[in-house]
Amino acid sequence: MTFAPLTTITSKTLVLPAANIDTDQIIPARFLTVTSRDGLGEHAFHDWRYTEDGSATDHILNTDDAKQCKILIGGHNFGCGSSREHAPWSLTDYGFRVVISSEIADIFKSNSLKNGLLPIVIDKRAHEWLLDNPGADVTVDLESCEVRLPRNGGTYKFEIDEFSRHCLMQGVDEMGYLEMQADAIKAYEAN
Amino acid sequence: MTEHPKTLFDKIWHRHIVVPESSAHPATVYIDLHLIHEVTSPQAFTVLRERGLKVRRPDRTLATIDHSTPTLKNTDGSRPFVTEQAEKQVDMLLANTKEYGIETHGFDSDYRGIVHVMGPELGATQPGMTIVCGDSHTSTHGAFGAIAFGIGTTQVGHVLANQCLLMRKPKTMAIHVDGELGDGVSAKDVILAIIAEIGVGGGTGYALEYRGSVFENMTMDERMTVCNMSIEAGARCGLIAPDEITFNYLKGRKFAPDNFDAACKDWASLATDDGAAYDKEVHLKAEDIRPMVTYGTHPGMAMPIDGMVPAATDEAEEKALGYMSMTAGGPITGAKVNRVFIGSCTNSRMDDLRSAARIMKGRKVIEGVTTIVVPGSEQIKTEAEAEGLHKIFTAAGAEWREPGCSMCIAMNGDKAMPGELVVSTSNRNFAGRQGPGARTVLASPETAAAAAVTGVITDARTLKGAA
Repeated sequence: MTFAPLTTITSKTLVLPAANIDTDQIIPARFLTVTSRDGLGEHAFHDWRYTEDGSATDHILNTDDAKQCKILIGGHNFGCGSSREHAPWSLTDYGFRVVISSEIADIFKSNSLKNGLLPIVIDKRAHEWLLDNPGADVTVDLESCEVRLPRNGGTYKFEIDEFSRHCLMQGVDEMGYLEMQADAIKAYEAN
Repeated sequence: MTEHPKTLFDKIWHRHIVVPESSAHPATVYIDLHLIHEVTSPQAFTVLRERGLKVRRPDRTLATIDHSTPTLKNTDGSRPFVTEQAEKQVDMLLANTKEYGIETHGFDSDYRGIVHVMGPELGATQPGMTIVCGDSHTSTHGAFGAIAFGIGTTQVGHVLANQCLLMRKPKTMAIHVDGELGDGVSAKDVILAIIAEIGVGGGTGYALEYRGSVFENMTMDERMTVCNMSIEAGARCGLIAPDEITFNYLKGRKFAPDNFDAACKDWASLATDDGAAYDKEVHLKAEDIRPMVTYGTHPGMAMPIDGMVPAATDEAEEKALGYMSMTAGGPITGAKVNRVFIGSCTNSRMDDLRSAARIMKGRKVIEGVTTIVVPGSEQIKTEAEAEGLHKIFTAAGAEWREPGCSMCIAMNGDKAMPGELVVSTSNRNFAGRQGPGARTVLASPETAAAAAVTGVITDARTLKGAA
C-alpha cells in the first residue's frame, strides 16, 4: 500500500465534537461486505449523512466546504470499537489526511498510520481550542511535529513514533521493512 | 521471589521478539497463530498478489466464515445471503484460502463458527502464544494466557507474508477482582462493571491482566466472556494466567500439543511472578458487582439492573439517553423490549446457553418479542442439541439458528428495525450497531432470557423459583 507522502498540511478543520465516536459511526458494518478498499468515502458516517430512504441530511459532512477539509477534529476517544480498516479507508477517500483528538483508540490509530492518515493526540487545551473553533485554518507539520493554530491559538508539539513518521513522510507502509527482516525471522523460527 | 519478577504479559512478549524495539523502530514480534475470516482479509490477499508474495506459514493460519454468513437455511439446504456481495465475500475467502493452502472451516466443517469460538475449540488457541486476527474481539483468546489482539487488514497482510508484526510494547494494567460473586452475577456482569469503572478509553495503550479469586474460579467460557470485552475498555488485549482449568479445557483437543504434560509445565511458569510491577492497578470487590445492563450508546454507559439510570455527564451522554429513550433518575427495569439476541463471541458458548435455558425452561417468550438464539459454532450447536437446550428455546418460542456473528454486527441480514429495543448478549451498543436506529441494551444471557419471557427489562434474580 502506498499513499501520497505527508509533510505539511494547511487546511480548514472539520469538527465532530462528540466523545467516543466509534467505528460503527465512521462506517456502519453493513458496508463491510466489500472486497476492495476503494470508494468507501461515500459511506463515511453514512447514518449521520443519510436518512433511511437515502436522502441527504443537513449534516455538516454533506456540505461542499466539508469536502475541502483535510483535518478532522474528533471528540475524546475517537475511533473506538472494531478493527475495521474500512474506517480510515473511508476517511481518506472522503478527503481527510489528519485526525486530531485528545485520545484516539489504539487499533484505529494503528490502521490510520498505514493508510496515510495522520492520527494526532494533542494537549487538552489545544483540543478544546480546536473544538471551539470549527473551520479554523490549521497547519500540521510532520517535519517539526507541530500543530499551529491561527490567531492566538498557539503552537503545540505532538508525539509520533519515529518509524511511523518516516513511513508517512515517505508514503510507504511497513511491508517492505518487514520483508527486509526475512533472515531474522528465519533465525527465530529455527530456534 | 524471583530476581527480576515479570508479568504474564512480559514473559510472553519477550519470547516473541524477533528484533527488539529501539527509538528508531518498533519491535518485530513473531505471531504464533493467525485467524482469518471473510470481512477483513480480501484486501490483504489482493496486496499479496500485487506484490507477488506467498503466505509464509499457512500451517500457523486458520480460517473460517462467520460475519457475513446467514443464520437461516432454506428448505433445500441453500443459504439465504443478505446480498450477492455478502455471498461473494464468503466465496472469496474460500477461494483465497484454497489458493494459499490455509486450513479453512467452511460450511462443510464440524468446526465452523465465530472465529473466537472456533480457535479455542480446536485447541489452536494455547497459553503463551501470540494470536492475531482482523477482528477486535481477538482479545477473547487472552483467557488462555495468550497475547491476543485485533489488527487491521494491512497488518493481516503483514502477518500472512511475514508471520510478524511491528509493534511497540504496550503498558500493563492489573485488574483485581477478589471475593465472592453474588447469586445471579455472571462473567458478563463482571466485565461490564469493569468497563463502567475504568471507562471505554480507560484501557487505551494498555494490556490488561485480570487477577484475583473471581477469575481463578471462572470456567474457560466465563474467562473468554471477560477477555472478549477488553477492547470495550480500549485495551487491545486482556489476559488471565493459565491454570489447571485452562489445561483441562485444552486436553485432547485437535491441536493440543503431543507432549501435553511438558507443555502444561511450561504454561504454568507463565503466571506473573510475585512482586512484578504493573504500570497501573485497579481493584474491584466482587461483592459490589450486581447484574449489569447498558443504558447508553457505548459499553461504558452501564449500570446495575436494579439501579436508577444515571444522569448524563456531557452532551454526548445526553444525546445517548435521548437515542435510547432512557430517563435519568428512573429505573431501567420495566422498559419494553422488542427483540432479544442470545449469541456472539461474547456469550454464545455452552455456559451461556445453559444459563439462558435455565431461565427460559417452562416459560414462554412474550408474543411480539422476537428472540433468536445463535450458537457460537457447529460444535456448540451439536453439544447444545445433545443436551436438549434447543428444545427448551424452541418450546419457549425462541428461534434456534445456525452459528455465526449474526445480530452482534448485523451485517448478515439479522438486525433490528429502527426504534426497536434489543436486549443483547453481544459486546457493543453503539448507535445503529444492530440496525439503523436500533437501540441496544447489553446484558448477560440470564438477563436477556428474562427479557424474552417477560417482554420488559427484568432482573432475572426476581424470576428464580417461579418456573
